[in-house]
Amino acid sequence: MEVLQYEFMQNALIAGLLAAIACGIVGTYVVVKRIIFISGGIAHASFGGIGLGYLIGISPVIGALVFSLASALGMGYVTRRTRLPEDTAIGILWATGMALGIVFIGLAPGYAPDLFSYLFGNILTVPASDLLLMLILDAAIIGIVVALYKEFLALSFDEEYSTVVGVPVEILYLILLCMIALTVVILLRIVGMILIIALLTIPAALARQFTYDLRKIMVLAIIFGAVLTFGGLWISYVLDLASGATIVLLGGVALLISFGINKIRSLWAHKRNAS
Amino acid sequence: MKSEEVVSIKDIWVHYDGIPILEGVSLSVVSGDFLGIIGPNGGGKTTLLKVILGLLSPSRGKVYVLGQPPGKSRHHIGYVPQHNVFDRDFPINVRDTVLMGCNGTAGLIRRYCRVDKERAEEAMKTVGMLSYQNNQIGKLSGGEQQRVFIARALVSRPKLLLLDEPTASVDPAMQTDFYELLARLKQEMTIIMVSHDISAVSIYVDKIACLNRQLFYHGSKEIEPEILEATYKCPVQMIAHGTIPHRVLKEH
Repeated sequence: MEVLQYEFMQNALIAGLLAAIACGIVGTYVVVKRIIFISGGIAHASFGGIGLGYLIGISPVIGALVFSLASALGMGYVTRRTRLPEDTAIGILWATGMALGIVFIGLAPGYAPDLFSYLFGNILTVPASDLLLMLILDAAIIGIVVALYKEFLALSFDEEYSTVVGVPVEILYLILLCMIALTVVILLRIVGMILIIALLTIPAALARQFTYDLRKIMVLAIIFGAVLTFGGLWISYVLDLASGATIVLLGGVALLISFGINKIRSLWAHKRNAS
Repeated sequence: MKSEEVVSIKDIWVHYDGIPILEGVSLSVVSGDFLGIIGPNGGGKTTLLKVILGLLSPSRGKVYVLGQPPGKSRHHIGYVPQHNVFDRDFPINVRDTVLMGCNGTAGLIRRYCRVDKERAEEAMKTVGMLSYQNNQIGKLSGGEQQRVFIARALVSRPKLLLLDEPTASVDPAMQTDFYELLARLKQEMTIIMVSHDISAVSIYVDKIACLNRQLFYHGSKEIEPEILEATYKCPVQMIAHGTIPHRVLKEH
């Protein structure tokens, strides 16, 4: 336990908690509204911003913030306003963002340090400045969701009806995608760009098995997200594995176990009803 | 209720990708009417409702709803969409679904006020779903879900109620109950209901129109077989379930 006295470990725990808050709240919307693919697109397109950061010498995290917001708005616009099928548009922007990142990094002088930590995450190297940014983004997400809770619920449940009663559906959808973009930036340092989609889905998917109340799903998803991050961090520390991947694998195992338990419970109930 | 014109449609054309969906449709609905519109799938029934709601604008022709262009009068319309478009697993209960009907008037960011909650409660009472208010929507039967969606449409106290294929998911045994509910609502508002199922248009409907790109409107409840055949483009045999009060059409 003396490892907790190290500053990098304390930072890692704070980062894990801040990440859990974002992925619990936004991940719940991603899961119930079934916009996982577009979230994956936003996450991967942010690689263009990481590359741009290296190229022009600013923090890759800031580059990723700009790029993920731009790709969120771009995908929202293209999927709503053009006749391109939604998955086609997402696929194109997904790959284009990544290609830009590769070109930018190639153009950047010298070697790109800690590129791997942006791709695969490294919760142990999160600097204090990034913690502050994560805190600000978390606050923004919480503020938006508290203010627009009923609107997001209506948007997720029944978009067409919401349009009919005069809710500005398109703007709300763009705001939701922008919140996903903010979450991408928050999770970037924890599990890396490639694995972000796991933390956006696993905690909320676990949580929704326990309740049908959206608020409770969010709270549970935050708790599950924190448990997974801390648990994965601990396992990776003990076994000397990559932290981001261990967190995601632990989440996958947790989901499998919960599905297994549900299956056994329903079989059990079936048997009891039959006899 | 004095009879003002609730929906006035004059010679509208709607095209989708150059293909006509509605051709020269005219329709007049006065307050207190209960109009049933029947026609085959793809005949333009939902399109017509969307025109009335102002979600689609016709390429030609004029539409007025309560004397205003559609869209402007949307807050006076209660809309019950086609049933199959929602996720049964969605984490929402009956009460919150009904409250969603207030979203247009409650305003952005603001929470639901006391009046909204009272109206939601009253609407749930009207459709007989108040005791289910904390149930998750996916756990209800098709007919119960339909009642919840009607309650959601009633919350804003509409003058016009639009129902899109409302009986598609309602158990035949429950359809009589369902029509009795509509008959009660008819006392307070104008109702337009579309359906592809001819047998679903019961004695409760006052007027019938047949829609298959063109609209064949009938002031009375009689449908002549020729009109039905012109609408469906094939000979139609009329069938009705025994549990639904039905009428026998006269010979021609």
